[in-house]
Amino acid sequence: MIGADIQILMPEIVLAVYAMAALMAAVYTTKDGMAPLLTWATSGLFVLLAVWIRINGQGTNIAFGGMFVDDGFARFAKITILLSAAAVLLMSESYMQRRGLLRFEYPILVALAVVGMMVMVSAGDLMALYMGLELQSLALYVVASLRRDNVKSTEAGLKYFVLGALSSGLLLYGASLTYGFTGTTLFSGIIEATANDPSLGLLFGLVFLLAGFAFKVSAAPFHMWTPDVYEGSPTPVTAFFATAPKVAAMALFARVVHDAFGGIVGDWQQIVAFLSVVSMFLGAIAAIGQTDIKRLMAYSSIAHMGFALMGLAAGTAFGVQAMLIYMAIYVTMNVGTFAFILGMERDGRPVTNIDSLRMYSKRQPLRALAMLVLLFSLAGVPPMVGFFGKFYVLRAAYDGGLAWLAVAGVIASVIGAFYYLRIVYYMYFGEEGEALDGKMNPVLWTFLMGSALIMVIGVVNLFGIEPMAAAAAATLVN
Amino acid sequence: MGNILSLTTFLPLIGAVILALFLRGDDEAAQRNAKWVALVTTVVTFICSLFILTNFDPDNTGFQMVETREWLLGLQYKMGVDGISILFVMLTTFLMPLVIASCWDVKTRVKEYMIAFLILETLMLGVFLALDLVLFYLFFEAGLIPMFLIIGIWGGKNRIYASFKFFLYTFLGSVLMLVAMVAMFADAGTTDIPALMTHTFGTESFSLLGIQIVGGMQTLMWLAFFASFAVKMPMWPVHTWLPDAHVQAPTAGSVVLAAILLKMGGYGFLRFSLPMFPVGSEVMGPLVLWLSAIAIVYTSLVALVQEDMKKLIAYSSVAHMGYVTMGIFAVNQQGIDGAIFQMISHGFISGALFLCVGVIYDRMHTREIDAYGGLVNRMPAYALIFMFFTMANVGLPGTSGFVGEFLTLMGIFQVNTWIAVFATSGVILSAAYALWLYRRVVMGDLIKESLKTITDMTKRERMIFAPLVAMTLLLGVYPALVLDIIGPSVNALVGNYETALATFEAATQFASN
Repeated sequence: MIGADIQILMPEIVLAVYAMAALMAAVYTTKDGMAPLLTWATSGLFVLLAVWIRINGQGTNIAFGGMFVDDGFARFAKITILLSAAAVLLMSESYMQRRGLLRFEYPILVALAVVGMMVMVSAGDLMALYMGLELQSLALYVVASLRRDNVKSTEAGLKYFVLGALSSGLLLYGASLTYGFTGTTLFSGIIEATANDPSLGLLFGLVFLLAGFAFKVSAAPFHMWTPDVYEGSPTPVTAFFATAPKVAAMALFARVVHDAFGGIVGDWQQIVAFLSVVSMFLGAIAAIGQTDIKRLMAYSSIAHMGFALMGLAAGTAFGVQAMLIYMAIYVTMNVGTFAFILGMERDGRPVTNIDSLRMYSKRQPLRALAMLVLLFSLAGVPPMVGFFGKFYVLRAAYDGGLAWLAVAGVIASVIGAFYYLRIVYYMYFGEEGEALDGKMNPVLWTFLMGSALIMVIGVVNLFGIEPMAAAAAATLVN
Repeated sequence: MGNILSLTTFLPLIGAVILALFLRGDDEAAQRNAKWVALVTTVVTFICSLFILTNFDPDNTGFQMVETREWLLGLQYKMGVDGISILFVMLTTFLMPLVIASCWDVKTRVKEYMIAFLILETLMLGVFLALDLVLFYLFFEAGLIPMFLIIGIWGGKNRIYASFKFFLYTFLGSVLMLVAMVAMFADAGTTDIPALMTHTFGTESFSLLGIQIVGGMQTLMWLAFFASFAVKMPMWPVHTWLPDAHVQAPTAGSVVLAAILLKMGGYGFLRFSLPMFPVGSEVMGPLVLWLSAIAIVYTSLVALVQEDMKKLIAYSSVAHMGYVTMGIFAVNQQGIDGAIFQMISHGFISGALFLCVGVIYDRMHTREIDAYGGLVNRMPAYALIFMFFTMANVGLPGTSGFVGEFLTLMGIFQVNTWIAVFATSGVILSAAYALWLYRRVVMGDLIKESLKTITDMTKRERMIFAPLVAMTLLLGVYPALVLDIIGPSVNALVGNYETALATFEAATQFASN
């Protein structure tokens, strides 16, 4: 019995054991000397696990009496998380190395955060959910302040921790209310309890839970931490924040609202729709005045989360499918964009001012072109793949009876287009300025070009992601 | 020849990819190669499109040479051509070699410039040939990217403002259309354009935010599409991006913008608004007619006071597009025939006029009307050609401009006499601003010191104008060339429209009884 349960949990166990073994190995040997090796090994393991999950995963398996669920939905999210985490780790190696930030803890913490995320997306119980979430968050608080001697990085870590703790508190309070009114922490029990007349107290619990999730996905009005943390953290860490944890939190969001509260769609739908519309507009408008590209990407991610939530707000299987596709596309775009940002250097020092990109296209036409493609994709202009993400969520929202949300979304996307265009303006139309360094790490270059190419070629069939997402969504919503 | 449409559409893209991948360096030789590759590509594309024209059967009112492939989400990659779209395709492929030839003297970032125009050609052709809603939207929107770059990189002094305004204005219009497309997809379960033309969208009126919507969903969808096409067209009062974009765009960019991109709005009305939302069109039609009448009179008056040549021609374009929308929403054979004719002819004439401005701009680097005068003394050939196109713009009988204006006016007269009266006054006003412009720039004595050394048109420039002159004259004296091709399709369009309206009216009467 327990053997079968452990079998289901194998990928998580492998990763957790690996992290602990690596920690021991590094502490008792050369410490930071092992860091580059560990970084590569961790990314390699991520990719292997993703392949393993893809090949081995069959059907819906429930472990530990429903605490842990391994279904198509969880697998889709896990593969996205693992691959994006692997990409970001690879991209960070040289950046961290040259700034003396590549400590052996970094890949290990990332590995632990990924374990947490994998538990999150597979959680079938409020306790498992909280465990995964905290494991992820604690690891992230530490990596945010990786650059200990830097005020901004320390501030980022502290801010993230304090606000994160607050949100965990909200979430726990919501969980305890839910438990109190339903008598169970299992999602399958909660959905039964809500089927017959959900009490007002349960709805309070739901609201607190959603507030906690909104904080984790950085949806407005719970987004306050995002710009500061994005700006203060070392850029590779920012890249990590913008990708894998977002997918995990969004998947968790979807799982809870459908698996636990699938019976009272109408009650959470309005909350999610509200979060969505506020995030889209706040992300679009607040980014206009930004001069730092990392802060700009923070607001951009808020807006994108708004769009992903639009899919979720539909409350249908297609909505979940749209959300999954949106997240997969979003992660791919962000990996490419951050590869570009990581390559922005002057005299070997990182630069994050947007106006340092003046006339970048003259000196680096190919890289500027790749960034141009990514920016238009982020703005959702066809034929880039980013447009299809928007199209899916719009369709989902309309089908779910939220036509007003679709209209609000497209208007926000026009406002948002302005600041992406502004970067294009600096790169292509601006006046001459001080040049950035011409060299770019080949790993970054590969990810930048690969991501841009995916954004263009994906128009053919989105690399077959659609049926996978559809199958994943079907296992969650029924 | 099974996929001649895709071949024609994507040929320029292949040319652009070749340029991007295989052309290195930025010296004189590389620049010349880039131009030649672009020119050859556009000419070959034109030849390909001639095959489409010869294989086209005007009497078949359905879509021809259709290609279908599965795509995402139940969408399809579907291309096809009918009597309404074929001439826009021909117009595009015909003008692009001339556009490329007109930027022979460009010196900055030539390779990128050529790539932008080639990609733009693919996207424009795609707009006219797409038979799937989302595919259409994809081409329609994607065209903004190269045009944004063309204005922003190679434009004039105030290019940044103009390019942003152009992009955001048109983007805002189109995203509303996107929502309507999503709604259509949900309602009809398909994005296939021929299927949607036979689908009847809901017409039951309901109230939204306290406003009674007559014509229900159809009117709302019509409005969403209108937001996009009216901006693209552009119609008064959402035309303000056009003068800015035109003034700042480089000559070739202006030509493409005026000659082809504006036609997408008119094409959209004919492809979507009329056949898919007949009730919505009927409800909102009078509004369009009045907006058109205002556009014709108002923008003609505005054109009178312009000091910048390009701006003047831009306003004249808005006025001429007013005839097009007026003709389309008269919804009768003459009106729509005239509208399509006017769009084709305006493609030649406005393109040529912007080229005319380009000729002297290349020499003097100013577009101020006051900076010129008496050019006829040193540039007789230029004076002649400019005169010809000025007359065509005014609508002199014998040029293609006359036929379009006359047909649309005839169409509208049967529907609403008052609008016809207002619109006809636009003909006089257009004569006023066009001739006055001509007098100030070309006639008189050559007194300005800076103009004393100006040279007449080169051989290359004359060769660019020759085909345009030929087409303007040919269509002017033998309009049947166009009307025979579009006639049957327009006839079917009008017939379907009237049937749909009759059904709707019978239904409403039945309901009220």
